[in-house]
Amino acid sequence: MQSSNGRARGGGSGSDSSVENHAGHDPAPAETATEGRYEDPWYDALASGWGESAAAGTLGPAAAEPRQEQAGEVADVYLEVQRSAAFQEVRSRYRRFVVPAVAVFFSWYVGYVVTATTAPGFMARPVAGAVNVAMLAGLGQFVSTFLFTWGYTRHARLRRDRAALELRWDTQELTRGARGGAS
Amino acid sequence: MTDNHQTLALLLFSGFVAVTLGITAWVGRNRRGSAEEFYAGGRLFSPMENGFAIAGDYMSAASFLGISGLIALFGYDGLLYSVGFLVAWLVVLFLVAELVRNCGRFTLADVVAARMRERPVRIAAGTSSVTVSVLYLVAQMVGAGSLVALLLGRTGGAAQVWAVIGVGALMVIYVSLGGMRATTWIQIVKAVLLLGGTVTLTVLVMLRFHGDFDQLLLTAAERSGHGAAFLAPGLKYGGDWTERLDFISLGLALVLGTAGLPHILSRFYTVPTAQAARRSVVWSIGLIGGFYLMTIVLGFGAAAIVGPEAVRGSNAAGNTAVPLLALDLGGGADSTGGTVLFAVVAAVAFATILAVVAGITLASSASVAHDLYASLRRERTESRSEVAVARMAAVGVGVVAIALGLLARDLNVAFLVGLAFAVAASANLPVLLYSLFWPGFTTRGAVWAVYGGLIPAVALVLLSPVVSGSPESLLPAVDFQYFPLENPGLVSIPLGFVAGWLGTVTSADIPDEARHAETEVRSLTGAGAV
Repeated sequence: MQSSNGRARGGGSGSDSSVENHAGHDPAPAETATEGRYEDPWYDALASGWGESAAAGTLGPAAAEPRQEQAGEVADVYLEVQRSAAFQEVRSRYRRFVVPAVAVFFSWYVGYVVTATTAPGFMARPVAGAVNVAMLAGLGQFVSTFLFTWGYTRHARLRRDRAALELRWDTQELTRGARGGAS
Repeated sequence: MTDNHQTLALLLFSGFVAVTLGITAWVGRNRRGSAEEFYAGGRLFSPMENGFAIAGDYMSAASFLGISGLIALFGYDGLLYSVGFLVAWLVVLFLVAELVRNCGRFTLADVVAARMRERPVRIAAGTSSVTVSVLYLVAQMVGAGSLVALLLGRTGGAAQVWAVIGVGALMVIYVSLGGMRATTWIQIVKAVLLLGGTVTLTVLVMLRFHGDFDQLLLTAAERSGHGAAFLAPGLKYGGDWTERLDFISLGLALVLGTAGLPHILSRFYTVPTAQAARRSVVWSIGLIGGFYLMTIVLGFGAAAIVGPEAVRGSNAAGNTAVPLLALDLGGGADSTGGTVLFAVVAAVAFATILAVVAGITLASSASVAHDLYASLRRERTESRSEVAVARMAAVGVGVVAIALGLLARDLNVAFLVGLAFAVAASANLPVLLYSLFWPGFTTRGAVWAVYGGLIPAVALVLLSPVVSGSPESLLPAVDFQYFPLENPGLVSIPLGFVAGWLGTVTSADIPDEARHAETEVRSLTGAGAV
């Protein structure tokens, strides 16, 4: 299905350099490689071991995470991935879109509510026929919500999904290795 | 309302109940009884199915009947609600949906507890989730009771009592026997019915005005008696400054509360990946946005066709505007078309309430069993299957909701929905955002963030005019009103964020760098997601 899925890893051992390898080449922005979207790799998800006790339906969220002796090594894996250039790139792409977008839509919404409650005279100013400023602003909120949704999903699909998926497989290989190949 | 309306509405509603019980039985037959199955429906729903289910969970009878009614009575001010309810989804889409899907398993507390000391955090997050759910649930139950009384024209208390008990019993059956899978299918069926009904009515309204929206607005403004002021803000919330601040507070609670509603968060676990969670939110934004645009047409249509006087005459809060509109659009009170349309709207409204309460009950039973019971039970006691506890919790939550719903059945409950959103925004959102985005966040910060939002939100409501000190309060005879606003959001939401920050900077714990790294890597990549 994905190239990363079938990539040979030598049984997950000795793969501690794979994140660096991965960071070495540019984390190929997906807009050139694949315009389309992926199949969701859901059926591989349980291989991580994160939810393995969940299937038993027994109690104890504390018992769900095997954080004993290998916990230290697994934690190191996540720290290592977090510091890798590939991950930092994914994170900064996410933040560079989300932070300004939240700032814009939130101030636009708060501005709209505050104007509607404090300056009804301005909002009542007619524009065309029965349509006034208030009506345009209200419909504008609907339109901007749809546009933001479209922009966010497009950005995520083209700029994040591919790199995030590769990191996911790499990280899972590494944690599996750190747990002693318990897959 | 005549007997014909009632009989037909009851028939249609019984049909819906039969179909949903059939779904529950069918799902129960195939169930494996695991926690994945019960809380998350096996996690194999498609984005489109989940998008419809999210829309079904979110579009309550309060939106369908309440917002159109507000627009019919107060014009533009009702529209402000629908904008807040929709824009809230951008918070969910940008900051919450994918990340929560990647790091959690079943509940909000899973996300927070992943990088904190588990017990105190789970107890705190579980308590606030149950509080939010119960507030929301009681509002819906009381709504069901008054809806039955209004639509069936039975003013006696008995119909109301039986409606509350019936809705409560059905929701317990759906949830405890069918779990998330049955609940999801019920939401999907309900969303399709509700959208179908809304589209039909909207098309009929637009046909009446020959597709001329401008003409619709002008007629509505003219019939309202307020003229152009009907199309501008200020008729309901344009009074003194307290009233205006109250509205700003409500607006803030609406837009920030959605991302903290437990029954919405738990829906993201029913799809396999973060991408699927994102796509389901896109579906639901499309459906919910379209729905609220249509309620605007219905609201102004009711003002133009039925007239605010007739609406107010039937129900002072405007809740019957849409049923009355349906009666008129179908051809009037004595025509077959009017009878059928009225019955359809009534049945859709019942179905809506039933589906929403099922979703909330499931989310709160998950919080009780997965967070509270699992943390509070003593280590030595025999460990029962968590799913069995959750099924019992659903029964317990149902009994509590029925009891509170009966106690509160004569009260004005609109504030309960606003309060549920305000508590969700004050207690659940700060802790969720801090855990996902703040490297230095600590256990004490998490606990303080939850209680620092939850306690002020509840306390401010107790001290507000909804509880005492005015003729419309719950306790009109006494006066301990010290807080002027009906909605606490404006104060309690910032308090939740400040408390989380204060708890973190004053705590002696050193934030666990490795566990933050784990949360961050998992939330953005999906590594290790279940």
